[in-house]
Amino acid sequence: MNGDGRKNAPHRLSSRLVQVAFLAIVLLAWFLATTRWGVSRILLPNPVNVWHQLIDIVASGAFIPDLRITLGELAGAFAISMSLGVTIGYLISRSRYLIRVFEPLLAAIYAIPIILFLPLYVLLLGLGPASKIALGATISFFPIVLSTIAGFGYVDRRLVTAARSMGANNIQMFRYVLLPAALPVVLAGLRLGFTVALLSVIASETIASFAGLGHHIVDLAENMDTARMFAYIVFVIAIVAFLNAVVSTIEGRARW
Amino acid sequence: MASAQPAIRVNGVSHQFGEPGEARYVQALLDTSLDVTRGELLCLIGPSGCGKSTLLGIMGGLFAPTTGAVAVAGKPVRGPMPRDLAFVFQESALFPWNTVRENVMLGMTFQGVAKAERGARARRALEAVGLIDFAEHYPGQLSGGMRQRAALARALSLETDILLMDEPFGALDEQTRMVLGEDLSVLLSRSNKTIVFVTHSLGEAVFLADRVAVFSARPGTIKQIIVVDEPHPRKPSFMTAPKFHALRDQLYGLLHDEIRKAMSETTQPRRRYGQTGPAETDGERV
Ligand SMILES: Nc1ncnc2c1ncn2[C@@H]1O[C@H](COP(=O)(O)OP(=O)(O)O)[C@@H](O)[C@H]1O
Ligand SMILES: [Mg+2]
Repeated sequence: MNGDGRKNAPHRLSSRLVQVAFLAIVLLAWFLATTRWGVSRILLPNPVNVWHQLIDIVASGAFIPDLRITLGELAGAFAISMSLGVTIGYLISRSRYLIRVFEPLLAAIYAIPIILFLPLYVLLLGLGPASKIALGATISFFPIVLSTIAGFGYVDRRLVTAARSMGANNIQMFRYVLLPAALPVVLAGLRLGFTVALLSVIASETIASFAGLGHHIVDLAENMDTARMFAYIVFVIAIVAFLNAVVSTIEGRARW
Repeated sequence: MASAQPAIRVNGVSHQFGEPGEARYVQALLDTSLDVTRGELLCLIGPSGCGKSTLLGIMGGLFAPTTGAVAVAGKPVRGPMPRDLAFVFQESALFPWNTVRENVMLGMTFQGVAKAERGARARRALEAVGLIDFAEHYPGQLSGGMRQRAALARALSLETDILLMDEPFGALDEQTRMVLGEDLSVLLSRSNKTIVFVTHSLGEAVFLADRVAVFSARPGTIKQIIVVDEPHPRKPSFMTAPKFHALRDQLYGLLHDEIRKAMSETTQPRRRYGQTGPAETDGERV
C-alpha cells in the first residue's frame, strides 16, 4: 500500500498540474477572445467583468431571494421523494413477489425523460414553486425507491437466517441486520436523488417560472446582461458543488 | 430416564421444496429417522444436494418438514430454539459491519442474555477459540479460518447444549481445516456439548465423529451409521493409525455408489437456494 502510494504520487501531481494548466488556458483564451479577437461582448462577456459582477452579486446579497426560493423548492421536492421513496421501497422489498412486479416497472419509468411532465405540472399547479417541487419530487423518487428496494430486498439470506437462529425478533432483525446491510445502498440512492432533484428544480425554473436562480439566469439572458448572467451561472455552479459536497460528506459519515 | 432421552430425535422426516410440476420442485429428504445421543459428535456425510443442510435446518427449527417431526430434549421443534441449540454456518454468517466482539455480543443480545453477563461470556468464548487478540477486528480483516473460529466463538457464547455445524470448515484449505478440527476436538472433550456436524470430507468425519451417518443420494435418507470408537481429544497421530484408514475406506465404499448415483441424476447445473444469498453482487445493482 505504501509502495503504491509512492508510485502514484508523482503521477497524481502531474495530472493535477495539467488540470490547472488546462483551466488557465481556457480562461486565457476567454480573455483574449473578448479583448483581442473581437468576439461580441453580448455573446461572450469579458471575464474580468464577470468577476466584478460575481463580487457584486455575493456582496450585495441580491441572490438571496432567488436562492431562498430554489432551496425551498429543493427541500420540498427532496422531502417528498425521500419519504415516499424510502417508505414505498421498503414495503416493496418485503416481498419477493412485489419486487418481481415493481422493480422492473419502476426502472423502466425511471428511464423515460420525466421532464416531459413539466407542462402537465405547470398546467395543474401553476408557474410557482409547486410545479418545480412536483417535478423534482417525481424525478428524484425513482433513484431513491430503486435503491431502497435494492438495499432492503437483497440482504444476504445467510445473515438473516443466522440472526433468526439466534433468536432475533423483528425489531432486532431490522435494527441489527436489515438496516446496516441496506444503509450504504439506500444512502447512495438518496445522494443521487438529491442531485437530480436539484438539477431538475433549477432546470424547470429556466423553462417556466417567476422566480428562483434558474429563472433569474433566463431573465438576465433575455435582457442581454450576459456578464451578470455568466456570474450567476458561476455562482449557481458553486452552490451546487457545495451542496453535493455536503451530501457526500454526510453519506460518507453514515457508512459503517 | 433423562439420560436415555436423545438430545435430538428425528422421526420420519420428509421434506420437499415446491410442488410436483413446479420448476423448483425437489424431494430433498425421504423418511429420515435418527437419534442424536447426548454429548456425542455426529457427522452427516453424503453426496452434495442429498439434503444434509435441509435436515440440519429442520433440526434447528429454521423451517418445518413437509412430514415427520423433530424433538429437541423431548420438546417438539416448532421454530428456532436459540436457548437449546446454536448454528455455525459454512461462511459469511458473521455480520460484516460488526467487529468480532460485537458479533459475539449481538448473538447474546438476540438470545436474550442479560447485558451484564455478555462481556465476560464474549471474552471467554473468544479466548476458547484463540481469537481474543482479534476481538476488535472486522470479519473482512480476518482469514477464512479465523472467521470460522469467530463464528464458533459466537455459537459457544450462547452456551447451548447443542451445536449444529453446517460444513463449518468446508471453504477452508486442507491444512487449516485439520488444525481447526484438532482444536474443535480438544474443545469438545472439555464440554458436554452435543454436536451435529455436516461435512463432505471423509477424513474430517472420521477424525471428529463419535458416529458418522452416511446419506444416500437425493432424496436423502440415512443409509448407514458408522461408529468411531476413539476418545476425545483426538491427536493428529490418530490420522495415521490403521483404524482411521480402515474407517475412512469403509466410508468411502459406502459413499462411492451414492455419489455416482447423485452425479448421473444431475442433468442440469445444481441450483443452490438459500445458501448463497445474492446480496454481495446485488450491492452493486444500483
Ligand atoms: N430453499 C430451497 N428451495 C428449493 N430447493 C432447495 C432449497 N434448499 C435446498 N434445496 C434443494 O434441496 C436439495 C437438498 O439441498 P441441501 O440440503 O442444501 O443439500 P446438501 O446440504 O446435502 O448439499 C438440493 O437439491 C437443493 O437444491
Ligand atoms: Mg449443504
